[in-house]
Amino acid sequence: MAWTGKILRVDLSSGTCAAEALNMEWATQYLGQRGLASKYLSEEIDPKVDALSADNKFIMVTGPLTGTMASTGGRYSVVTKSPLTGTIACSNSGGFIGAEMKNAGWDMIIFEGRASTPVYLYLENEKAELLPADDLWGLSVWATDEALHKKHQDPQLRIACVGRSAEAGCLYAGVINDLHRAAGRSGVGTVMASKNLKAVAVRGTRGVGNIKDPVGFMQATQAAKQVLADNAVTSQGLPTYGTQVLMNVINEVGAMPTRNMREVRFEGASHISGEAMHEPRKSDGKPNLVTNAACFACTIACGRISTIDKGHFTVKNKPEYWGASGGLEYEAAWALGSDTGVDDLDALTYVNFLCNEDGFDPISFGATVAAAMELFDIGALTAEHTGGLEMRFGSAEALTRAAELTMTGEGFGKELGLGSKRLCEKYGHPELSMTVKGQEFPAYDPRGIQGMGLAYATSNRGACHLRGYTVSSEIMGIPEKTDPLVTEGKAGLVKAFQDATAAVDSAGLCIFTTFAWTLADIAPQIDAACEGGWTMEKLAEVGERIWNLERDFNLAAGLTGKDDTLPKRLLKDAANTGPAAGRVNELDKMLPEYYELRGWNAEGVPTASTRQRLGL
Amino acid sequence: MLRSLKLEPEKCTGCLQCEMACSYEQEGVFNPAKSRIKVFTFHHEGVFAPYTCTQCDEAWCMHACPVDAIVINAATGSKDVLNDVCVGCKVCTIACPFGTVNYNQDTGKVIKCDLCGGDPACARACPTEAITYVDADQTGLERMRAYAAQSAQISPGS
Repeated sequence: MAWTGKILRVDLSSGTCAAEALNMEWATQYLGQRGLASKYLSEEIDPKVDALSADNKFIMVTGPLTGTMASTGGRYSVVTKSPLTGTIACSNSGGFIGAEMKNAGWDMIIFEGRASTPVYLYLENEKAELLPADDLWGLSVWATDEALHKKHQDPQLRIACVGRSAEAGCLYAGVINDLHRAAGRSGVGTVMASKNLKAVAVRGTRGVGNIKDPVGFMQATQAAKQVLADNAVTSQGLPTYGTQVLMNVINEVGAMPTRNMREVRFEGASHISGEAMHEPRKSDGKPNLVTNAACFACTIACGRISTIDKGHFTVKNKPEYWGASGGLEYEAAWALGSDTGVDDLDALTYVNFLCNEDGFDPISFGATVAAAMELFDIGALTAEHTGGLEMRFGSAEALTRAAELTMTGEGFGKELGLGSKRLCEKYGHPELSMTVKGQEFPAYDPRGIQGMGLAYATSNRGACHLRGYTVSSEIMGIPEKTDPLVTEGKAGLVKAFQDATAAVDSAGLCIFTTFAWTLADIAPQIDAACEGGWTMEKLAEVGERIWNLERDFNLAAGLTGKDDTLPKRLLKDAANTGPAAGRVNELDKMLPEYYELRGWNAEGVPTASTRQRLGL
Repeated sequence: MLRSLKLEPEKCTGCLQCEMACSYEQEGVFNPAKSRIKVFTFHHEGVFAPYTCTQCDEAWCMHACPVDAIVINAATGSKDVLNDVCVGCKVCTIACPFGTVNYNQDTGKVIKCDLCGGDPACARACPTEAITYVDADQTGLERMRAYAAQSAQISPGS
């Protein structure tokens, strides 16, 4: 079996660490990673707890394929209750720390309680100890990473930590690992900081063995890698342009949310696209993009490593930002760029660096700045409220200054750190918050891609593109093309994507593989590694079980079917241009059918027979 | 024909498939910590660089070993560690100027690249051909070709 069979339980209140056996019955029902940790969380906390109280738990979890040679087999997730949305939160990250945890011999780390003073977990194979972090508190992610490597004299230590934004209470702070990979959404970093847990430093030298059928596993993973190598998206588009390959494509189809989703096309898209990152800049003739980079075991390598023009106003006298670091992904480029109307590639790259340096979600941050800009535009927010900051659409100065304030929770940055929903409520215009269940939208306007509207409305962690990415089908034709402007058939499409995604996440694989892989490519890899007869059908069933488990958590937390909705702007105000001109998102045509296909009643509650069928 | 591992940092993405392939071939587990080849990340420069033993002809490690536990593999030219002879004294790890011989505290022996007996697992696993196994006399051929193209004012890819 590819699970290590071991969980580390860390009681922050008493300062103790203890090993326990993994519940293997749950592993066969929920696979690992997202699914398995969601099961533990559901069993161990009351969904009604205050997300930032000691009663919430914070789980870091790997999947059975994490740490193996399966392509992209390096993913880990943070699972907890979100302070941003009040829903269950699962934020998935690549980089290297997930594989390191597995190499150290652990499937999962469950943190509970709250430390009385700042601590960090040091994990070296079987040895686990909580050490004082008073000297790390108040440091950025990057400074913490450097300090811990220095202290332990171990360059191979892998580190995940929170930055100053989380310490300052930013509700969309993430957990950053390996300097610029992020469990980025839903404020999982805010929960970590609320527990006085600054960092987790891991060194694993035991290796990942226990593969059920090693020969079969090497064959299955090799065949699957060949599928990635033969597919144009995973072998050319993503390595060359990263997820930024989408910027011009989505703009073209009129689904590029622009200026707080007032518009669906951004005139500056070509200046901030993946292609633009390759163009030599005037000042030094070098492109923004230095190289592409892979997470652990990934044979796609979509990661961006970028530099900022040294002469740009943001970094002119700051040599600490002149080196290469994690560059813009599509989501960050959209939220920081199109949504705020800023088309300055260097400014966006700078803000992206800050988001990594102090661990806050560029999607929620960009969308919150966009909301602030609209509030400013209509006069509901003034320079008096912002400490003099002129929050005008298109202002790179406003965007970059807002980021500098939010990274430490200074001045108006404190308000921006609470997210778009709370900001818009405070200034009297809740309708201007482009959120679902309190979480800001990602980069696809659901007026131009109808299925995504349903995916957002029903996502278990609020608006999110990574819970059911029907863009694959509606725009890219993967696995088959559907019309983005049509609602028929989208309920079934969304359900299928949601269930499959839950299974892929839970294996420890990256969802980007599914541009090339289907469950038919994934099942043989899991089945060769793990006991339990992992067929495509079983994976789909496990995915559906996970989806319903998450739904149950949210219902118990106090959410209802009424929360499965979209902002009025997307339901009432038609798109102004492009192929979707004149269209709104027709959620009401899709939602009832979706509930029915899910086996939920008209209020969106799983029926008794659905629960029974899924063993819930 | 002898072959050598040819390492090209500019093609490396830092995925560590090579480290897993190496440890799996040598140890039977996926364990970068026990890999004979290592990928280094130079973060501020945005560079990933794989590095391993170059199989020196007059190998410092081999000459330094007091018990003759490091021997030449006639078929591949690799310098192999004889596990049942190695006493774990680590003198070879001091002697190697490149740092590519290392001690394994789990076994009490040293480990180094042995070219997997002539079919290196790292080269097979590398998805970007940053690691290839080529004619030992011609590792510079492609680089020469690129410079030749430059001098003839031809774009290197053509």
